[in-house]
Amino acid sequence: MQSQPVEAAPWGDQTIKRSEAPSRVAVGLGRVWQFTRRKPLGALGGLIVLGLLTMAIFAPWIAPYKYDQTIPGARMKAPGAQFWMGTDNLGRDVFSRVVYGASVSVTVGFGAVLLANVLAALVGVTSGYFGGAYDICVQRVVDAWQSFPFLVVILSMMAVLGPGLLNLILALGVLGAAAGSRVIRGATISAMQNTYVEAARALGAGHLRIMLRYLLPNVAATIIILATIGLGAAILAESALSFLGFGVPPPYPSWGAMLSGSGRSFMYRAPWMAIWPGAAISLAVFGFNMLGDALRDVLDPRLRGGGGRPAA
Amino acid sequence: MKRYVLRRLLVAIPSLLIASLIVFSLPRLLPGDVVQLMLEEKAYGKDLEDLRAKLGLNRPMYIQYVEWLGQVLRGDLGESLWTRRPVLEELTARLPVSLELGVLALAFAVVIAVPIGVLAAIRQDTVADYAMRSMAILGLSVPGFWIATLCVLLPAIWWGWSPPIQFTAFSVDPWAHIAQFLLPAFILGIASAAAIMRLTRGTLLEVLRQDYVRTAWAKGMRERVVVLKHSLKNALIPVVTVLGIQVAQILGGTVIFESIFGLPGMGRFLFDAINQRDYPVIQGVNLLIVSVVVVMNLLVDAFYAFLDPRIRY
Repeated sequence: MQSQPVEAAPWGDQTIKRSEAPSRVAVGLGRVWQFTRRKPLGALGGLIVLGLLTMAIFAPWIAPYKYDQTIPGARMKAPGAQFWMGTDNLGRDVFSRVVYGASVSVTVGFGAVLLANVLAALVGVTSGYFGGAYDICVQRVVDAWQSFPFLVVILSMMAVLGPGLLNLILALGVLGAAAGSRVIRGATISAMQNTYVEAARALGAGHLRIMLRYLLPNVAATIIILATIGLGAAILAESALSFLGFGVPPPYPSWGAMLSGSGRSFMYRAPWMAIWPGAAISLAVFGFNMLGDALRDVLDPRLRGGGGRPAA
Repeated sequence: MKRYVLRRLLVAIPSLLIASLIVFSLPRLLPGDVVQLMLEEKAYGKDLEDLRAKLGLNRPMYIQYVEWLGQVLRGDLGESLWTRRPVLEELTARLPVSLELGVLALAFAVVIAVPIGVLAAIRQDTVADYAMRSMAILGLSVPGFWIATLCVLLPAIWWGWSPPIQFTAFSVDPWAHIAQFLLPAFILGIASAAAIMRLTRGTLLEVLRQDYVRTAWAKGMRERVVVLKHSLKNALIPVVTVLGIQVAQILGGTVIFESIFGLPGMGRFLFDAINQRDYPVIQGVNLLIVSVVVVMNLLVDAFYAFLDPRIRY
């Protein structure tokens, strides 16, 4: 397969002058097109993610009703022309709630992943760069952090912090950092084998400069992949916690919370209440996972290339 | 081998100690006070103090910790603040339920995932490969509690059938006992199956590119032999490691699935205890879960060394 390797870091090609900016857009679009042709499933994932972001940002304009608006005389109406996904036991439009739910998922997802990756990069890059006793100590803490079952820890953490959007981001971010830091540490160690790192050190560059200017750009691809897959995981975790009643408190329309609580007993008469929020979670997480998978194939050269079977 | 296992055991002790400290302090940081919760609005200042003293909650935290640790080492996990029943007794009744659910889920996951992973690897980049990989990603994306909800809901609406919510003990009706685990275990295993399938495919692809496999092809061996005999064994080594991680995930999942399917296991016990601020129960369950995970990882490490003689011990 003839394939152009995609740049590992967007800031890798600094030789391009500002005056050539228009061609840069063209290059970018070309890359998107190339990515779409090589990884159609990844592009599909990207499309789903784009749709999710649009829904999250423009929720007030897309949703026909407010998420907590009770429509008189419309309790548990089946899906139809007026209510695309039906209404729930309190007479609220399910479609509107699913649309607003996207902004909850996206907020928690991006917040948690941002926090997780900043922490992971901080721990991973320093751990890989300094090595020695510091590395050993830090990695043992990471070990302990990882040996707790995720849901059990986060349930206990959320019980301590109390439900709420910010607390959820905090708990998911801190917990999500452990696994990522291990991967970034590995990428840092392999990036340090490059001779330009040695050259930079010989030129008298300080620790901070080497880490920020030479190592971080080289592990950027890893961070992007981790973040994309982490977004799916964070959205899934948020929905599970909200389902258990430890996530986003009502009346905020979290997809997970919509599947639980007082509405559960009404689902036998109004099954659409159970179907759409779950479908929304699945689709959103599916999109991020597909995109993350394709990005990894493209950005991680180790996994690229043909199969092992000899040509017949 | 013995020395390796012994060394891993020694390393496990400090991590268990750290874990016990976390396990002890986490529930105590819960907002809301169990004493307040127990007496509700009827409480006056003196009642609160009396009950606190009776439960031993008025002493400094570190004394409570040391005392608790001493009790744990003697095999006493204290008693529930609400039911006054010994936590250990409750746990021994509930652990088998969770273990049964977890082991069945893991078995489902492995039995489904490994063959599919192998097929996807040897048919890399074909339509079948894409289909199986997409299915795996879907399996990782669909929340288990949603599938479980639909599995309870839809059959009830369509055919008036619902999975048994009343728990049946093995001694009462062995078949009904096992049958009630099948559906929750299968759904619980889906996410693990997806993860294992992807890993099997990935590692097998890597192994298939190695020189010794090319040699095997060059000798004119049949595909079945090359893949199953020469490659799969090596490819499965990382899969075994991941099983340890999957155990932790599945144990976490029991919290949700035992609640939905009405199984009286540890997960549901923990969930109720968190809601009731029942410190001894939260500590006991968490300690048990962490211990199971640490022991599982120990077993996996030992098994790993046994599988791959290149690992020095």
